[in-house]
Amino acid sequence: MTQSIIELVEAEARKHGSDRVNTIKLRIGQFTGVVKEALEFSFDVIKHGTMAESAELQIEIVPLRKRCEPCDKVFGSNGDLDFFCPDCNRPAEIVSGRELQIEYIDLA
Amino acid sequence: MHRIEVGSNILQANEEIALENQEVFRRHGIFVVNVMSAPGAGKTSVLEETIKRLKTRYRIGVIEGDLHTTIDSDRISALGVPAFQITTGAVCHLDARMIHNSFHGFKLEGLDLLFIENVGNLVCPAEFYLGEALRVMVFSTVEGADKPKKYPVMFHEAEAVLLNKVDLVPYSGVALEELINNVRDVNPDASIFPTSCRTGEGIDLWTDWLTNRIEISRPQTRVVAI
Repeated sequence: MTQSIIELVEAEARKHGSDRVNTIKLRIGQFTGVVKEALEFSFDVIKHGTMAESAELQIEIVPLRKRCEPCDKVFGSNGDLDFFCPDCNRPAEIVSGRELQIEYIDLA
Repeated sequence: MHRIEVGSNILQANEEIALENQEVFRRHGIFVVNVMSAPGAGKTSVLEETIKRLKTRYRIGVIEGDLHTTIDSDRISALGVPAFQITTGAVCHLDARMIHNSFHGFKLEGLDLLFIENVGNLVCPAEFYLGEALRVMVFSTVEGADKPKKYPVMFHEAEAVLLNKVDLVPYSGVALEELINNVRDVNPDASIFPTSCRTGEGIDLWTDWLTNRIEISRPQTRVVAI
């Protein structure tokens, strides 16, 4: 996954005529298999020799939010995880929290 | 210094290849099932029992993903079903490119049903779409009733969850009802099957469900003359 980030970032930098990336801003959903610290660690390991070598990695964790369509209500998760509407107890859909996104990069 | 808005999915490259795989499967008329679980939950045993019941109905193939060895593909081959082993080395999940590359060594022609047995891991495989039509999770009941809450993503992503080794419940102290409720909490729509490959419990219910699931999604290719 970290390899994909670097490949995407390098392609984007090249497209804009740059060879050095100063910042990489990621949006990572709370409801994904990604652990922030593990991502930071692997980024530090593989960034050497790439355009992102001196880049700062900024990771925003996007909270898990769910929506109940019949109630037209969006709710978060407070501690215990479940996917039922707190009002009507019907199954709810995820509206955020599954993001694995590169939001922006700053080029030198 | 200037800022470039990117907005790309980090796994975009994987998604693109997965969509190519999906198209390859569609062209061949193959229904593809991605089977995921932690190591040792019984994926291969469930596949063996499933294949025994369905191999007269469908022409089945299996792609096996493991870090090392061909133990699993050897087990499947012993049932007279073509099996292809992907050994990932150190990679803890299958990705769409590995599946794509397997097409060079594994013949899809003539298959109706392909199982992809993912690398045993309760986290990463859920993030990598391979081009499958159905995601199934096998969970060993003895792993504990709390696991759906602790590792919710895979449970949430699966359409069917097999609660395997249910014959061990009396010895493990795991409350099956609590486990089922915890699966439901993180995936209200899941089809849940308590199964045992030892006693055969629940396997027919699972294979009947799977057969039905395959048939409802199969394009109606046969033209009935009126």
